[in-house]
Amino acid sequence: MLVKQISVFVENKFGRLAEIISILGNNNIDISALSIADTTDFGILRLIVNDPNLAEKVLKDNGLAVKSTEVIAVAVEDKPGGLARVLNILKDANISIEYMYAFIGKSESGALVIIRVDQPNEAINVLKNSGIEIIKASDVYRL
Amino acid sequence: MAYYDKENECMDRERLIELQSERLIWQVKRMYDKVPLFRERMQEKGLLPEDIRSVEDLKHLPFSYKQDLRDYYPYGLFAVPTSEIVRVHASSGTTGKQIVVGYTRKDLDDWSTCTARQLAATGADKNSFVQVSYGYGLFTGGLGLHGGTEKLGATVIPISSGNTQRQIQTMIDFGATHLCCTPSYAMYLGETIEEMGLTEELKLKAGIFGAEPWTEDMRKAIEEKLRLKAYDIYGLSEIMGPGVAYECDKQKGMHICEDMFIPEIIDPNTCEVLPAGSLGELVFTTITKEGFPLIRYRTRDIASLNYEKCECGRSFVRMNKPQGRSDDMMIIRGVNVFPSQIEEVLLRVGGDVTPNYMVIVDRVNNHDTLEVQVEMSDKLFSDDVKSVEFVEEKIKSQLASVLGLAAKVRLVEPKTIARSEGKAKRVLDKRKL
Repeated sequence: MLVKQISVFVENKFGRLAEIISILGNNNIDISALSIADTTDFGILRLIVNDPNLAEKVLKDNGLAVKSTEVIAVAVEDKPGGLARVLNILKDANISIEYMYAFIGKSESGALVIIRVDQPNEAINVLKNSGIEIIKASDVYRL
Repeated sequence: MAYYDKENECMDRERLIELQSERLIWQVKRMYDKVPLFRERMQEKGLLPEDIRSVEDLKHLPFSYKQDLRDYYPYGLFAVPTSEIVRVHASSGTTGKQIVVGYTRKDLDDWSTCTARQLAATGADKNSFVQVSYGYGLFTGGLGLHGGTEKLGATVIPISSGNTQRQIQTMIDFGATHLCCTPSYAMYLGETIEEMGLTEELKLKAGIFGAEPWTEDMRKAIEEKLRLKAYDIYGLSEIMGPGVAYECDKQKGMHICEDMFIPEIIDPNTCEVLPAGSLGELVFTTITKEGFPLIRYRTRDIASLNYEKCECGRSFVRMNKPQGRSDDMMIIRGVNVFPSQIEEVLLRVGGDVTPNYMVIVDRVNNHDTLEVQVEMSDKLFSDDVKSVEFVEEKIKSQLASVLGLAAKVRLVEPKTIARSEGKAKRVLDKRKL
């Protein structure tokens, strides 16, 4: 159920992002979702790709600092209150969200949200019990 | 021509050498009795105190090193019981631990004589107002000049460092005639005063600027901006503090207080004493100090000595401004910094692995800047910003506490810092001095 996300340390330098993304393209890696957390000096690029193990390897081979993390992919109804419902379930279960990012229109069920929480397995259980669709890792990689 | 104590400063050289011999004999004898490390080193060389009969025998004595201060931290090298020590000061060691020096009441009085000589040489007297903008505290700068000002009978304005607006207000309102601070801070004060349009309000006549390297060009710029005559001063905590050597109005080298400190210039590799005038490592022997005396202390400063009689009438030998170091110590904003201190912090934060790093020192608007670039590794990296910033903050705060100096920390991508074969070049000093 848990999705493997690849995070990369990116220095805040002109053109750097393009170079890193090109490494993935050159290795035929397809990106399903991404987000960037940025500070003044550096950014953290987070990626969901079709082949996380290969992505991790080629990025490391190119000398980058890489970390893989387990995240949850949730299908959210694409209508007002859809995301709020998911977040409230987590809140009521006392689960903290470290960060999240969303993209719309690819999942059949509506919007896809990637959530990183402090207790991933617990989160999956409470969401499932509340009837929220958790997208399988293999399905996410295919998107 | 103004002197503080002309009979000593202008003493006949023959008489001075006699005095140095007497004092050296006294010092060696008491240190042999009181400082175990010194006694051991004498014994290793097969020397007894009575083998030292004059300054001619100085070259036979064993050297002492900064590392000794660390090894015998904090009080292991004091030559008096701590009950006779009335003050301690500290400065950076080569690693995380600071070094400590101690003074008896007489030592403090001698030190005040040193800085009073400097002040008098710049024209200060009982009617002067001396603004001491060196930091007060464990650093010797502030209290060193403070003591000399009081001993001279001038009025001290003990403002310490920082708060530029208040410095300027005080300088003008209190009618400061003399300013003591680091040369880069003097530049900064001068520029700020100029911007504020307050140059006309200044009553400054002279300034005493030391504790960091500066150039003749900087001297001219400071003199123009602050409308004063700028003097250089030399010192180090291990020997006494500021005032070990002082510049007279001829400004052709700094007179070493030779009635208290005997200088030598050695080849740092062979340790041979070099002939007068040669450039080499400066070595000092303290011949009057009671609390924390040192014999043949290796300063690591590269300088030369000029024994020609100065036009000012002082007989004390002159040293030129240090030309560099025989070790890797840097002086940043007046603070001594060793790359090894930075490495130690990174080792701790990196969890027993030192990340690849580079230290970049620069001078921006006459202010020294220190940046430490640290390569990211899979170990230090994490997917959330908080944790990465925590690493950055941790390095920054530990550097601040170990160095006593704020450093900018920049995390960079792995393998972006050039690796060199053999001994890694870890420091890039872009300051043009």
